[in-house]
Amino acid sequence: MTATQSPATRDARRSMFLTAAREAVGMPAIVLGASYLGFGSLVRESGIGIWLGLFSTLSAWALPGQVALVELYGVGASLVVISLAVALTNARLMPMTITLMPLIHDPAVPRWRYYLYSHFVAVTAWAFSMRRCPEMPRDVRLPYFIGFASVLWAASLIGTAAGFLLADAVPQEITLGLVFLNPIYFMLILATDLRHRARVLALGLGVVLGPALHTVSHDWGLMMTGLIAGTVAFGADKLLAARNV
Amino acid sequence: MSEGAGSQAWIIVVLLAGAVATYVWRALGVALSGRINPGGPVFEWVGCVAYALLAGLIARMIVMPVGPLQTTDLGIRILSAVLALAVFFAFRKNIFLGVTAGTLALIALTLSGIRLF
Repeated sequence: MTATQSPATRDARRSMFLTAAREAVGMPAIVLGASYLGFGSLVRESGIGIWLGLFSTLSAWALPGQVALVELYGVGASLVVISLAVALTNARLMPMTITLMPLIHDPAVPRWRYYLYSHFVAVTAWAFSMRRCPEMPRDVRLPYFIGFASVLWAASLIGTAAGFLLADAVPQEITLGLVFLNPIYFMLILATDLRHRARVLALGLGVVLGPALHTVSHDWGLMMTGLIAGTVAFGADKLLAARNV
Repeated sequence: MSEGAGSQAWIIVVLLAGAVATYVWRALGVALSGRINPGGPVFEWVGCVAYALLAGLIARMIVMPVGPLQTTDLGIRILSAVLALAVFFAFRKNIFLGVTAGTLALIALTLSGIRLF
């Protein structure tokens, strides 16, 4: 593919951007918006302001890390613990970015711009782009990814604001349900793909160690859970594989 | 939660640190794309740690919540989570239906005033 910007190419890119945006409006935006509804309510109930909640969604835009951050802030964890826990929760973004970049790379686009676009790497837009982009011409893949992710980003911000305002307006029992949405959503996300043995072991050990180590230390309990359960699961899987189990 | 300029500045610092701790992985991904294999054992280990950390967080949020969910009954929270899983698997892993069922169950059971434990 050459680096020319003919009117035809520009039209094709614009049209793919809009196609992607239309694909995202609907189930992907609804599901993500609803999950951010829970985050907005959690923010409200944690005593954090709406603008700061929106700032979190705008600047981080990776829900598991955002929920972990608010929860650890709530138990009064230190900055080191919060940063490490968020970093460990979101480390998956690196391999995701590494696998997506070659797919959406356009030689006509300067390299530094990918550092901006990479902010859009989050699970839903990533999964759709990984599936849809290989069947497209190279020069419309980047517009697809950006068009899709832009809508989801907007849906996340709307969800955050709506969740915050709802938590204020509805009876306390419904607010509790909205906050409860956070753990339930992630539980089901994790239950979606149970084929990978090491990860299933990590899930099982994490469920047991999470509450147990929380009683040992509110500050470090979550970090220890991730490192211990994750490493044991990884090692156990390798040992089992070595014995051909 | 204490009000005031101090706690406001603190949460801003926490949120900025969280944003940096998130973006750094995306930037590294761009920098390293094409140079390292994302299917290697280091990423596999990182994936396991992230899964365990999230599973631990979810279990803790359900079993011993720190915020307003403390006012709800432990039995209701567990029953609602189990119901969410059941609906999720019954409807071919439909996340939307599962989440809706779990959330509505918690609201309805809490409103009914039942205490299971």
